[in-house]
Order: sequence, then structure tokens, then C-alpha cells
Amino acid sequence: MKLKNDWPKYYKKDVVSHYCPGCGHGIVHRIVAELLEEMQVGERAICVNPAGCAVLAYLYFDIDMLESAHGRGTAMATGIKRARPDLFVFTYQGDGDLSAIGTAETIHSANRGEHITVIFINNAVYGMTGGQMAPTTLIGQETTTSPLGRNPALEGYPLHITDLVATFRGVIYAERVSLDGPAGVTRTKKAIRNAFQTQIDGLGYSIVEILSACPTNWKMSPVDSFSWIKNEMTREYTPGVLTDKRGDKK
Amino acid sequence: MAQKTGKCTVMVKSESCKGCSLCIEFCKSGKLVLSDKLNKMGYRYAEPVEDTACTGCMICTSICPDLVIEVYDE
Amino acid sequence: MNKVFISGNHAFAEAAIRAGCSCYFGYPITPQNELGEYMANHLVNNGGVFLQSESETAAINMVIGASSTGARVMTSSSSPGISLKQEGISFLAGFELPAVIVNVMRGGPGLGNIAPAQGDYFQATRGGGHGDYRTPVLAPGSVQEIADLTFEAFSIADRYRTPVMILGDGMMGQMKEPVVFPDFVKDLPEKEWALKGRGTGKSRYMASLILDPLEMERHNWKLMRKYGEIEKNEVRYESFMTDDADIIVIAYGTAARIAKGAIKRARGDGIRAGLIRPITLWPFPKKVLLDFASHISRFIVFEMSTGQMLEDVQLAIAGKAEIAFHGRPGGVIPTPAEFARYIYRENQKLKK
Repeated sequence: MKLKNDWPKYYKKDVVSHYCPGCGHGIVHRIVAELLEEMQVGERAICVNPAGCAVLAYLYFDIDMLESAHGRGTAMATGIKRARPDLFVFTYQGDGDLSAIGTAETIHSANRGEHITVIFINNAVYGMTGGQMAPTTLIGQETTTSPLGRNPALEGYPLHITDLVATFRGVIYAERVSLDGPAGVTRTKKAIRNAFQTQIDGLGYSIVEILSACPTNWKMSPVDSFSWIKNEMTREYTPGVLTDKRGDKK
Repeated sequence: MAQKTGKCTVMVKSESCKGCSLCIEFCKSGKLVLSDKLNKMGYRYAEPVEDTACTGCMICTSICPDLVIEVYDE
Repeated sequence: MNKVFISGNHAFAEAAIRAGCSCYFGYPITPQNELGEYMANHLVNNGGVFLQSESETAAINMVIGASSTGARVMTSSSSPGISLKQEGISFLAGFELPAVIVNVMRGGPGLGNIAPAQGDYFQATRGGGHGDYRTPVLAPGSVQEIADLTFEAFSIADRYRTPVMILGDGMMGQMKEPVVFPDFVKDLPEKEWALKGRGTGKSRYMASLILDPLEMERHNWKLMRKYGEIEKNEVRYESFMTDDADIIVIAYGTAARIAKGAIKRARGDGIRAGLIRPITLWPFPKKVLLDFASHISRFIVFEMSTGQMLEDVQLAIAGKAEIAFHGRPGGVIPTPAEFARYIYRENQKLKK
């Protein structure tokens, strides 16, 4: 018998993650680990992981890792990449980290066209702190701090930060994918591959936003969570390539 | 635990499985079910069904957030 | 190298470049803008990285990123901006990453003003950010010393893997003096702990999150042992006319320069005053003050604040002598004549 799915080289062996059942982080972690291997960048990669559920990502990724303060990932990544342009640098951030407390760092690193890749997990809530409202929370979505559902009159509208940065000239590749089933896995892997290749080719900044399940804080089963992404989240956040300037740069 | 049928063999590392059931939901062959037993973490885990063919499509391994599924060619 | 006539802000930058600093990240704020501007020219011409960040918060996090790769890194700011950097300084301490942070202090609190002041002493010497840590703090008293201490700050930072703060003020930053710079550092040793991609070896991570309280406690004690070593090895101060002194003035930075002028005046009138000028504010030169307290009954602390270093002097002397305080906060620069009058007054009390 031959094993068809080898354990990814850059994923630590036989760990059981702290993520809840059905959490999208595990799937994205595996995809990233596979791509680091397939694209042969794992040896020179540094991942900046966030404060949030993925704060312990260094227990899973078997590459050099730097933990960031909440929201500061792209500033740290900027420091790494500027000091060592030969390294492959990516951040892994959630929606609270990237689009609330780290908005300034996100926007300015993108606008400077830093040669980094941002993996952006959008699950429309603060996960690790227990399901509070995020900038990305959908209108009407109930969270612990919007118990009656997000009301735009009080709490504003869902923030489309990836659409925003995609308008910047320094952002070479931006895509939003919906991790809502097997096809979503394939699309996510393809998008991250394009984003990584953008950096490998020395073209500039790339970002992939992944609509990702948080069954625990959504108070749904994992299977229902995947349906909710497909039926509700994608209505607010349309998946697709938001900008692709790779052709202009080459 | 290995269950052999048809073309491929599916194995689930039951002690690492959190029972999220995504593999069960998306498997087109109905090869996986949730066990009645609990693992040490207290989860009902996914397990392969005997006498159901696995086509080796790898959807279960691609959707599993915990890397607990292994698929083998015959 | 020949003497050059140069401002304090430029001297910080030039000395850093000579110390092998290869990355500078900062955000404009008066009265230290000339430092970043100098880096934008000279560091870049020297093959280094200059980046004007979107905020002080971003700058200190860029410092963390660059330092994690083993580079010698600097950032600078002035009081309000240093407050913004405190989050990152706490992380530098937790990660045990070296960096040099310059604070060209101005009047506060809040936006305050852009005049020289010494109101950030507590913030600098007590850690400043959250958590149980210390930061070595160097306080230059001349532009020459700015050059020498900036150069030295990078060695201290690397030796102990700690952020080091240099505490100047608007006067120190803006004034020009003749300086002889140290030679360029050559061949810095490789930092084996740095992140550089795992290559074919084992992966590494830097994290300040330690969820297990016992493990966190161990990390805290490890840091404290390091701070103990720094306290043992790195205390620096200058003694000025203290051999025969009846009164000891304690002042640092700009205030110490003013104090020297006042002491010379007082000496002209037969008052035997001397100065202890702490060069390291943390670790504080406690022992020398305690030694003086065995035979000197009167100390005067002189600061451009409402009395912050005063508390360190009180702790050092531990009630063994009287401590008087004279301070001018808010960006007021006291004159030597003004402070000399204060020394005369204290001398009168001594005779009673």
C-alpha cells in the first residue's frame, strides 16, 4: 500500500492542534504547509503569526516563526523583509488583527507595496476572545457584543479591507476565496499559490482573504458553518480575484 | 483502523480526530461515518465503513482540518 | 578621525551607523527630526535601510522584525511617540531582542511642547510598557557622549539581548558641539539565535506568549537574572568636584550641565559642592550615593521635572542623609545662576 497524502514537510509531525472541531485554520495551515514544500520556499520562509486563535501557529508550522503583537504583523514582516530581502516572508492574520487594531499597518504595508504575502482569515468574529463583533461581522449577525445582531446605525457596516487594499498600486495580487467545501479548498490553494508566486517573482505585495469557518463562535455545526459561508458570507464578501497586476509588472 | 474496499484504503487516526464530520459530509461515496465510540479527547471520531468503495478522490483529506485521514493506494 | 562640529541629533545617527546599525525605522516628531533625516541620507548611502513608518507603533514593530533577523536596529522619537512605542518595547524585552531606542525628551504630559524636559524618567527606567522588565537607560551629557553612548548602546543591546534606551532631551538633540566619532565597526559576530529561515536545520520561533504560569514565571526570573547582571556590570556615572564636597548634587543630561555651571559659581564663593552625574539611569548608581551618604549630610537632586530621579536617590540613600530637590518641569531651562542660588540656600541650612 502506498500513502497518497504524505504529511507536509513543513507541518510539525503528529500534533493535535488547539483549534476547535471544523475550524478553517487547520485547513489553511495544511494548504500553506503544502505550498511551502511544493514551491520550495520553506527553507527561507519566516511566518509572522498573529495574536488571536493562530497565536500558537508556531506549534504547527515547522518553519521559522515570529509572533506578533495584535495587529502589528505586517509592520514586523516589513522589518524582516527590509532587513533580509532574500527571505520569504508572510503574515497569517485574522480579521480583528488585520482589519481592526492593525488597520494602519495593513493599509500602509500594502500601499508601500512591501514584498510580503498576507494570509487573511476572515471568520467575521473575534475567535480567541470568545466571539465578539469584528469589523467584518455581517449585518444582523449576532455576536456576544452585538447580541441583537449588528446594527449598521450603531456599529457601521462590514469592512471590506481586501477590496480597499486591492485598489492600491502597490498591491500586485489580491484574491478573496470562500473556504466552504472541497472546491473552496482547491480555490484557496490556487489563490495562495498565486500570492506566494508574486513574492517569489519579486513583484510586490500579495494578499489572500479566506472566508473561513468558526463553528464554535457561530454556534453552528461545522457542516452548517460551511453552508453559512456559502449562503451568507459570500453575499457580503464576493469571492474572486480583486486585483492582479502581475502582468503589468513583468 | 483500516477498512479495505475497492481501489483505495482509508485510515483515520481516531485519537486525533475531533469529529467535525466535514469528511463525512463531503465524501461522495459515503465511505465515512461518525463512530459511536469516543476517543480520549471525548470526541466521536470519523471511521471508514466496511464494504463501501473508496475512489481515492482525496476530498476527505483535503477538507480535514486536523490531518487525521490517510488514503492508501492498493 | 578629526573633530567635527555636529548636532546631537545628527551625532546619534552617525554613531549608530558607525556601530553597524543597518536598519532605522521612525516617524517624524520634533525635536528629533534631524536624526531620521540624517539616516535617510547617510544610512542609505552606507547600504542600510531607512523607512519612515506610518506611526511610532509601526516603527517599533518594524524594529522587532528586523532585529529578529539579527540586524542592528534603531528607532528614535520624542516623548509622545515613545509612549506609542511602549507596546513594542515590552515585546522586545519579552522576545529578548536587542534594539536601540532614542528618546529626545520634550515637555509633557500630553502633547506638551517641544522644549527640552526630563519628564520621561519614570517611563524609561521603570520599563515603560506592560510586564515585569527593565530597560538599560543611557543619559548622555554632551554631544561627544551622545556619540560614545550610542555606539556603546548597540553593544549592550547585543550582549544582553535587550532593548536599550538613550534618554536625551531637546537641548541635547539640537545643540552642536565638536565630536570625535568612534571608527566604523567591522565584522560583527553572527547571532546564532536570529531567525533566517530554517534552512536544512530545525525550525525556530520567537514568542512572548507563555500560557503556562510556571513557565512564564521561569521566563520572568530568567529576565531578572539578566537584569541583575546588567546592574552588576553596567553602572556608569561621572564624579565632578566631589573629593572635598560638603554638598552633593545629583543631576543627569542637560540638568547636569547646568548644575556644573552652578557648582563652579558656588565653588568661587567657597561653597564645596560637587556633582554625581548618573550616565546610566537604569541601572542607577546606587552604591556611590550610599557611600557618600556615610559622610555627607546634604544631597540636592536637580531635574528638569517635578522630581522623578529623586525617588531613585531616596531609594539609594535609604534615609541616611537629607535630600533637597530643585526642579523646573514643562520645558523650562533653568540657568546656572538660578540653581547656584539654590545651592547657596542649602549651604546656609548646612551651617545652622
